[in-house]
Amino acid sequence: MDQKRRAFLVSMAQNVAIAATGGILWAAYIDEAKAAPLILRPPGARKERDFMSLCIKCGLCVEACPYDTLRLAKPGDHKPLGTPYYIPREVPCYMCDDIPCVPPCPTGALDIDSVTRKENGKKVFDITLMRMGVAIVDIKDCIAYWGIQCDACYRACPLLDKAIYMEMRRNERTGKHAKLLPVVDPDYCTGCGLCEHACVTEIAAIKVLPRDVALGKVGTHYVKGWQGSDENRLKGSKGIKTTVTPRSKKSPVESLNEGINFE
Amino acid sequence: MSRIWKKYRFLILRRISQIALLVLYVGGNYWGWKVLQGNLSSSSLLGKIPLADPYAVLQIFSTGAIVAADAIIGAVIITLFYALIGGRAFCSYVCPVNMVTDLANYLRRKWKLDKFEKKWWASRNIRYWVMGLSFVLSFLLGTAAFELVSPISITHRGIIFGMGFGWAAILAIFLFDLFILKNGWCGHICPLGGFYSLVGRYNLFRVRHNQPNCTLCMKCKEVCPEKEVLYMIGKKSQIVDMGECTLCGRCVEVCDDDALYFSIRDFAKKGE
Repeated sequence: MDQKRRAFLVSMAQNVAIAATGGILWAAYIDEAKAAPLILRPPGARKERDFMSLCIKCGLCVEACPYDTLRLAKPGDHKPLGTPYYIPREVPCYMCDDIPCVPPCPTGALDIDSVTRKENGKKVFDITLMRMGVAIVDIKDCIAYWGIQCDACYRACPLLDKAIYMEMRRNERTGKHAKLLPVVDPDYCTGCGLCEHACVTEIAAIKVLPRDVALGKVGTHYVKGWQGSDENRLKGSKGIKTTVTPRSKKSPVESLNEGINFE
Repeated sequence: MSRIWKKYRFLILRRISQIALLVLYVGGNYWGWKVLQGNLSSSSLLGKIPLADPYAVLQIFSTGAIVAADAIIGAVIITLFYALIGGRAFCSYVCPVNMVTDLANYLRRKWKLDKFEKKWWASRNIRYWVMGLSFVLSFLLGTAAFELVSPISITHRGIIFGMGFGWAAILAIFLFDLFILKNGWCGHICPLGGFYSLVGRYNLFRVRHNQPNCTLCMKCKEVCPEKEVLYMIGKKSQIVDMGECTLCGRCVEVCDDDALYFSIRDFAKKGE
């Protein structure tokens, strides 16, 4: 009897060990395979974490794309297998008004609401709301920053003067010319990549990166005091304390002028 | 000719079904046919009806994500179809990997490999462990765990959207089934096959054995990819009741004595 029980326990332990070994290997692979911090996702894609949970890898968005911008990751692409992505330098997103790629998504990995706006109580598609990524200018390799006249990215931008605008700066080298510099405003940039596609340098000097890679975050403790709406955030807050030091007791004018003999 | 038809009618039907589905999907991607778009993970039938792999949707559920209605409706449609009618027919009439493993099996028989090969014993319940594990890993890692490694998806997506290095997965399965373990992938490991075995356990269409006709030639067991389901051969007249039966119909075709045939489950009868 004891022998039987032992046999049973050992075989159970064996099964559990096989499952655990397999599970650990499998988990280790998946954990690496799903990490792709530099991947650019289709319009309306949820945050990468949620996107990786939801995407069922059916390719319906890829099939819907009329420009073949979107592609499905195959083995060898070094991207999470079967998930959609795009390479703007090769084929950018042309920002179709009717957004054919988002509605076919069966699981909601692409979120229709994120590219929908209300107009007179009706829901309408608005592709400019999408945030696939954000363009970043490499100011050392952008020839406009050298002082050569180039506005290829600016002209290519579908949100010209909003997502990319030109800033004028004096050309110190010649002393008599202006530089016209492309600057990206992340508040408007959709990440479509038409700028990267248009860039004339050998390797694009303007590149689309995932927003959470490229953009920082200020945090809540800075307040734009000059903006009424931001200043309002302070209303009702309790934790504000003014630190009083011997110097701050006096007004700045007093403090600065102290000890100076004006006579 | 009629003899070939008699001996291979289900096999021919299955190949037509498997290839026709692939052609429709490929047409959906390359030429914009609106018959079947997407792939086996999730598709759109006639541009309207959503279809989804219920196993994939369950894995997505396990990640804790809230799945949109289309995928849920699609998964319900597919589940109902296989639960009521299809049984585990997905494996033998739809799945593209079936053609790979069938080829390996054919060569195994032709080259008489079973006689010479070193034999490993492996439980056919591994697939259920893999299935259970896939839900645990999906929960822990926040992504559908089997979908990221599935050779079925790799093969099917590869044919529709471009193969990349996907051929390596197909080759691995082929070699595994040919030289390492008989019916290794489809009959032991594949959790999707396990899933459909459970879903299709009580479907309507079943193979039935007529014991008095049986001459115990055992051709059926030789050709069956899940031969444990034919435990009643030569013993008892009854339906092949185990969910693991893929309803491929090979046993029906190879039987020279009309001891096996397709029939409808008799729910009134005890034990069916």
